[in-house]
Amino acid sequence: MIHFVVHDEGDSVGVVVVEGVKASQELTGWIMDQDREIQVRAQSDIPIGHKLAIRALAANDTVIKYGVDIGRAVAPIKVGEHAHVQNIKTKRW
Amino acid sequence: MSIHLESATFQGYKRENGRVGVRNHVVVLPVDDLSNAACEAVAHNVKGTLALPHPYGRLQFGADLELHFRTLIGTGANPNVAAVVVVCIEDGWAKKVADGICASGKPVAHFGIEQHGDHDTIMRASKAAKEYVQWASELRREERPLKDLWVSTKCGESDTTSGIGANPCVGNAFDKLYAQGVTLVFGETTELTGGEHLVAARCRTPKVREQFMAMFDRYQAVVDRHKTSDLMDSQPTKGNIAGGLTTIEEKALGNIQKIGRKCMIDGVIDKAEIPSGPGLWFMDSSSAAAEMVTLCAASGYVVHFFPTGQGNVIGNPILPVIKLCANPRTVRTMAEHIDVDVTGITRKEMNMDQAGDKLLEMMFRTANGRLTAAEALGHREFVLTRLYESA
Repeated sequence: MIHFVVHDEGDSVGVVVVEGVKASQELTGWIMDQDREIQVRAQSDIPIGHKLAIRALAANDTVIKYGVDIGRAVAPIKVGEHAHVQNIKTKRW
Repeated sequence: MSIHLESATFQGYKRENGRVGVRNHVVVLPVDDLSNAACEAVAHNVKGTLALPHPYGRLQFGADLELHFRTLIGTGANPNVAAVVVVCIEDGWAKKVADGICASGKPVAHFGIEQHGDHDTIMRASKAAKEYVQWASELRREERPLKDLWVSTKCGESDTTSGIGANPCVGNAFDKLYAQGVTLVFGETTELTGGEHLVAARCRTPKVREQFMAMFDRYQAVVDRHKTSDLMDSQPTKGNIAGGLTTIEEKALGNIQKIGRKCMIDGVIDKAEIPSGPGLWFMDSSSAAAEMVTLCAASGYVVHFFPTGQGNVIGNPILPVIKLCANPRTVRTMAEHIDVDVTGITRKEMNMDQAGDKLLEMMFRTANGRLTAAEALGHREFVLTRLYESA
């Protein structure tokens, strides 16, 4: 069963595509561009559609999704942690 | 795929100017806010007609007024419309809008309210509307080649599943339609922020690239001039953020999945302008759903692809809006709004090619007459874009 989807293997985050993901749950991810699977343990409850980090990020690191810069981390983010507005901000505007 | 696009046809209404529509509306069109009541009364009197009330048209000037006229004339001239009754507070601008629509060759009548009052105007406009609706009811669909269909796209209440499933599904369909010489459009200028370099790289010529970047930079300057924050909760919207989108860059990269992987941007148009030939066009436009879809209708598009994540419920009075969604929670909780369910993509039950075909199949059914969810539910959002304050 696919719990989360990653666009490209170089991405720092994946997207949860099922409802009810809980902290400490072992998750299977599908990397779409390379069509392979990875395993990550969730560090937080993560709603459907929300992201989890699949690489550890430090504050000010660039966050990559679709193989492209989508903003910067404003706090450290652990692998498996919920990655959203509380720890990522735009570099534009 | 099940549909052979090279020889595919649809059943449409061929209009006087050669364009082909997939609906047969008789529109009662107010030029200004003051004329809404009379137009709605006419539409009440004459069954099968459609009033398009809106809040603008007084004391506009310059480019904003030109856009107002262009949008109204384009809406009336759209091939999904058989005939138009135009009503304005005074005769001059009623005639101006009617003359613009008349250039398409379709029947148009116009009425000014001043020196007559609502009662007399409603009576005269109702008589014209009745003649038109009975005439239009005898028009018949005929078989037309796929390339006669003009298809627009804009997404709304996007979330991360839009970028994974629904938007690339539109992109897959656009790639296939582009190869058949269909006339396509996308827009949402600010919603390319963070992916503008990828869009620029898809422009067919250096000149198109330069025109696109000029439009992009102009819109960025508008944001910079007026912003009081990083636009959080506006772009991305609160709904986008609730759906898991974090930054404008992430939203933009999902958005541009809609232009597929193969088609090139052949040209750019300003708001409500009519493209001069087939291919993929970029329209400089707002990312607000009803504004953008209204502009697509005014540019002459007859079918619209609307991918959603969290569940935008938009429709348009004259342009059928086909909604597709890859978010299983939205498809479950808002099923009545979704025309094409592509949730199978993230379960690996459906690949993108199959999803694109599923959307194209619904496109043909819709073109042939199937009502979209938005049409069946009565969504008729008609929203005019304003450029600045009235005088």
